[in-house]
Amino acid sequence: MATLSHGAVAGNVILCLSVFLASTVEMVEALTIVVAVGYSQSWKSALRGVYVALGVLAILVAAFGPALTSIPRTQLHVVVGGVLLVFGLQWLRKAVLRSTGYKDKHDEDKIFEETSLLVRQQASERAAFVLSFKGVFLEGLEVVIIVLTMGSSAHKVGLAAITAIVAVALVAIVGGLAARQLSNVPENALKMAVGLCLISYGTFWTGQGMGLRWPGNDAALLVLVAFFSLGAFLMVAAFRPRVANVHV
Amino acid sequence: MKSLQRALVGFGRFWWDFLVGDTPEIFITVVMMLSVLAGVSMWLHHASAAVYVYPVVVLGALLVSVRRAIKR
Repeated sequence: MATLSHGAVAGNVILCLSVFLASTVEMVEALTIVVAVGYSQSWKSALRGVYVALGVLAILVAAFGPALTSIPRTQLHVVVGGVLLVFGLQWLRKAVLRSTGYKDKHDEDKIFEETSLLVRQQASERAAFVLSFKGVFLEGLEVVIIVLTMGSSAHKVGLAAITAIVAVALVAIVGGLAARQLSNVPENALKMAVGLCLISYGTFWTGQGMGLRWPGNDAALLVLVAFFSLGAFLMVAAFRPRVANVHV
Repeated sequence: MKSLQRALVGFGRFWWDFLVGDTPEIFITVVMMLSVLAGVSMWLHHASAAVYVYPVVVLGALLVSVRRAIKR
């Protein structure tokens, strides 16, 4: 029986963690819209929008997953790593700015109120369906891109997809029970963690694809996560006091 | 023909927003980093220091982008 090295296990753990956290964050945002539509107009239309959006997203994964894994690994690592680097830096930048107070935190209550108002103004089943579909599809698309890029580069699209499904199911169950308590989810901390994982993977894969030899192979990912975490922590610490002075 | 054109424009716009959006400096920095790495890739097998320099450059890109946003 084949056994995994410690480095490979670390790689799998970071892969699952990134996909799980990214899916959780995006699905909390999507669920806020769906719950708002359900409460304000019609649960039937809201849920129909969810099912159709999830169906389209599943088709995208099934269509592009196998196609991506057939690309030679070196080229795939460079292209996918580059996308993850851009995506991860964007997420991390936003999380650092929110932690320092330079950007408003994501307010689920505000989104809930705005969506509810929009649904009430339009007052139609079709509008409720479209809003629910768009919310789930657009937020889910980011998850699909993370699942496809990270999963295909590690040749573990199945594992990444299952992790995303578990996260979506968990958010749906917790969201169903807690309904309007979604604002309690520590979204910025989750976004920060996802950003750190994405840039760590992006740096690792682009470097590997270009011929860098990482010491410890996959275990270098843990060092990269620790290095970028320290860097982000220092940035938040360095920029935070200035905001306090600005607002006084 | 028109619907195909619209779909292509939509597809291009999605990737533009996704990769560039309001942070063109991140996209440009990553493209530049990858171009430099590709340019020197034949020597990278022998350049062990590159594995230490590369993550520092990535973190530098984040720092530049955060500072740019704060100044705005």
